[in-house]
Amino acid sequence: MSVKEEQLVWVEAVSYEELAFNTGKTIRYQGEEVALFKLSSGKLQAIQNRCPHKDGVLAEGIVCDEHVFCPMHDRKIHLPSGLVQLPDTGCVKTYSTKLQDGIVYIGFAKAEELAS
Amino acid sequence: MTQKEKLVLVGNGMAGVNAVEHLLKLAPGKYEVTIFGSEPHPNYNRILLSYVLAGDSKVDDIVIHPFEWYTTNGITLHTNQTVTDIDITAQTVTSDKGITVSYDKLILATGSNPFMIPLPGADKEGVMAYRTIRDCEIMIDSAKKYKKAIVIGGGLLGLEAARGFLNLGMKVDVVHILDTIMERQLDRPASKMLQEALEDQGMNFLLEKQSAEIIGDKRVTGLKFKDGTVAEADLIVMAVGIRPNVELAKKAGLECNPGIIVNDYLQTSVPNVYAVGECAMHRGVAYGLVAPLYEQGAVLAKHLASVETAPYEGSVVYTKLKVSGVDVFSGGQFVDAEGTKAIRVHDEFSGIYKKVVIKDNKIIGAVLFGDTSDGTRLMQMIREETDISGMEKTAILKDNSGSGAASGVADMSDDTIICGCNGVTKGTICSAIKEQGLTSVEEVKNCTTASRSCGGCKPLVSDLLAYTLGTSYDKNAAKETICSCTEHSRDEVVEAIRSKGLTHVREVMNVLGWKNEEGCSKCRPALNYYLGMVNPESYRDDSTSRFVNERMHANIQKDGTYSVVPRMYGGVTNPAELKRIAEVAERFNVPTVKLTGGQRIDLLGVKKEDLTAMWEELDMPSGYAYGKALRTVKTCVGEEFCRFGTGDSMAVGIAMEKRFERLNTPAKVKMAVSGCPRNCAESGIKDLGVVSVDGGWELYAGGNGGVKVRVGDLLTTVKTEQEIIEYTEAYLQYYRETGKYGERTSEWVHRLGIDHIRDVVQDEAKRKELCARMDTALSVTKDPWRAAIDSKKIRQDLYEVVELT
Ligand SMILES: Cc1cc2nc3c(=O)[nH]c(=O)nc-3n(C[C@H](O)[C@H](O)[C@H](O)COP(=O)(O)OP(=O)(O)OC[C@H]3O[C@@H](n4cnc5c(N)ncnc54)[C@H](O)[C@@H]3O)c2cc1C
Ligand code: SF4
Ligand code: SF4
Ligand code: FES
Repeated sequence: MSVKEEQLVWVEAVSYEELAFNTGKTIRYQGEEVALFKLSSGKLQAIQNRCPHKDGVLAEGIVCDEHVFCPMHDRKIHLPSGLVQLPDTGCVKTYSTKLQDGIVYIGFAKAEELAS
Repeated sequence: MTQKEKLVLVGNGMAGVNAVEHLLKLAPGKYEVTIFGSEPHPNYNRILLSYVLAGDSKVDDIVIHPFEWYTTNGITLHTNQTVTDIDITAQTVTSDKGITVSYDKLILATGSNPFMIPLPGADKEGVMAYRTIRDCEIMIDSAKKYKKAIVIGGGLLGLEAARGFLNLGMKVDVVHILDTIMERQLDRPASKMLQEALEDQGMNFLLEKQSAEIIGDKRVTGLKFKDGTVAEADLIVMAVGIRPNVELAKKAGLECNPGIIVNDYLQTSVPNVYAVGECAMHRGVAYGLVAPLYEQGAVLAKHLASVETAPYEGSVVYTKLKVSGVDVFSGGQFVDAEGTKAIRVHDEFSGIYKKVVIKDNKIIGAVLFGDTSDGTRLMQMIREETDISGMEKTAILKDNSGSGAASGVADMSDDTIICGCNGVTKGTICSAIKEQGLTSVEEVKNCTTASRSCGGCKPLVSDLLAYTLGTSYDKNAAKETICSCTEHSRDEVVEAIRSKGLTHVREVMNVLGWKNEEGCSKCRPALNYYLGMVNPESYRDDSTSRFVNERMHANIQKDGTYSVVPRMYGGVTNPAELKRIAEVAERFNVPTVKLTGGQRIDLLGVKKEDLTAMWEELDMPSGYAYGKALRTVKTCVGEEFCRFGTGDSMAVGIAMEKRFERLNTPAKVKMAVSGCPRNCAESGIKDLGVVSVDGGWELYAGGNGGVKVRVGDLLTTVKTEQEIIEYTEAYLQYYRETGKYGERTSEWVHRLGIDHIRDVVQDEAKRKELCARMDTALSVTKDPWRAAIDSKKIRQDLYEVVELT
């Protein structure tokens, strides 16, 4: 399931300081759209910015603990795993993140990976 | 690794897919499943079609299993394919697209076909049945072009279709061959009461009419009856019954009469072939409702999973008429017959009729009209054949103590289906209650979907809560908590904010012991509102606790773009403003420009990263079209222009909108001002409606033109325009202080009573205090669009999209 570290391209995204807590940031990269969150704990989470229900934009959802509520129909999504919580089902792609010198990087699968 | 057995299901409908779903839970990995379905859709809830037709649901909302469910469960799905042949010796099925698949076990769940009366002209355009999403779409489309429909058949389905046409704005005649409608579910008195109620809604009945011929050229223009009379129609729906769909089974040589004959384990006359659902005939009965199909499916699934199961021995059915807004319930044997006695209650004042049929000291059937709260309890007694010889006869209809019923659910087996519409069993509900700590019917609904559709099983769900939680569940107290994160009610929370001096959302959750540290999407916005209401001057709004629209100050659309509605006080504008709007719309390539119901202009389809620049160029205040706030003040032209007008409605409307713009309220607030009782601004269905009358103004409160239409109550009559503002201030402030977050004034007025609210606003001392607090609340508001334009931080945090390369 998960892509091995070395197969990732780390793309420099935003400054950690400038990210607002619990407010999603929309990030686009080569046709992919990612919702990046800085949780109250300071942890970073990134998921695909499309709800599995009806493509709701998740960056605009209300964030509670480690979950985001889809702004469209309130599906609850666990950020670290991307799993939609009961009674609904489904999952969202998650992305790895890393913090280096105050800069947030997002891990994208290498291009050939994307194409396959 | 052992080879998986091959299971093929023909019919991607409610019964078959439900059985497969069960089977997958009982024996995951035992079968490799292939499903064929003639319809292009994934499995959907057919009974909710009437809600789609009535406009309460969208097609997407009634899908039970989306396509991805099939993929995740490794099911091969062939939609748009009809199976045309079964080879029972080679054990294969073949579809009309030429696909052949072999099976170890085969389930036929082909449902039924609507019966079409072979009238002359029945092949004309505009003659149809009501069974599928496709039918529903055709009906909705026709309503856009045509005006008059006829439904042939006054049964459950026919009446739901007719109600749908009324909602779609069409005229409708219901043609029925007998002189009583729904005769298979209702006795004569109940049938007549229902007819009257539906006539009041605008349905027209043509009873004791036999259809003879459908007239028209290519398309239908009318229906001719045997007695020679003709009724006009642009569309005719036949809802006169269904026939089990057994064409395929017959061709393959399965025994049918008229449904596919099955035994108590749903086996047909051919080995390894099963039938379930409306196409099956069990002990001489083919069912046409979902609850029995789910019961059959549960037995079939266990049988196929090689899990021990009791045989299926038939079902006692009950029905409820949905969508019509009239409460009708019927179950069991409700017709008087030899050896039966009945208890009847008929209250002509309240329009309530109840009848319970008893035989050998057991209740065997019931009909309820107007008040159906006894329904589930009676069904329970019918199913369990409760001996009522010891019971007071009149108490049978009145016993609402709950203790009897609660002990009833105790005796049910875990497989008993509680929610017929969604096929949820007692076992599922009880384990959800225990494992997830549920404490209310609402939570059970969210967690298990029980009672999500018709709501008929709510009392049983409540009994199950009582049974599972014991004394800790008190359904009468029914304390309404803010959400499942807390045990506290709205009033307790507001009281705690006041008395403990709480100042931010996290603090409230902390001090009051919230179960989830950061709450959920229900409580966070509510707490944010209550805090702002209690401390308007000192509270710092928490944008992360705002629902997207209120955080972004624009309405999010389904594709993630936004709509922008600038303020136009009283719906009055001028050429310069209109020009500017037009230019901005052009410059930002706004795809759709629309006039709203609130007399202003909506620019739809704006990208989030364009919002702030667009607002800056518009240079108009936010219209708050997205907020729990004052939306618009709709006005008619009034005495300035109108020959009937007695008051200057435009000026009053503008003054009110200027006074109350940007006010946060528990739910959205719409107002209107009309220049005379002709009420052209629709003041009667607004949260606050003002009407000019001779020598003064009338104020109407708690009206609503939305989901639940409610006509406003007369709050008070005042003389001057100054008083309109003053009373509105008091009224709205009282609503802000006592309303539950999300509660519209229509619900709030209903809950508190108009007399009480009138007493409060007419009491001079109280009114002055309310006005003073309103003044404070209004004094601190700022235009949010301006704030975003002026602040780099807001723009960056909320509206920026980062493009990486
Ligand atoms: C408008 C409406 C309202 C209703 N309201 C209620 C209600 O309130 N309460 C209630 O209990 N019941 C209600 N019903 C009845 C209920 O919907 C049916 O009893 C139930 O859907 C039957 O399930 P089924 O799986 O047997 O048949 P279906 O749901 O009809 O499924 C059969 C499927 O098999 C497909 N099929 C048939 N032959 C083939 C083939 N050869 N190859 C491939 N696919 C095939 C069909 O296209 C269909 O999709 C309502 C029905 C309608 C139409
Ligand atoms: S409500 Fe009365 S005053 Fe206003 S436009 Fe209608 S008729 Fe004229
Ligand atoms: S605008 Fe209102 S009425 Fe129209 S579809 Fe949306 S919610 Fe429904
Ligand atoms: S799109 Fe996310 S919940 Fe519907």
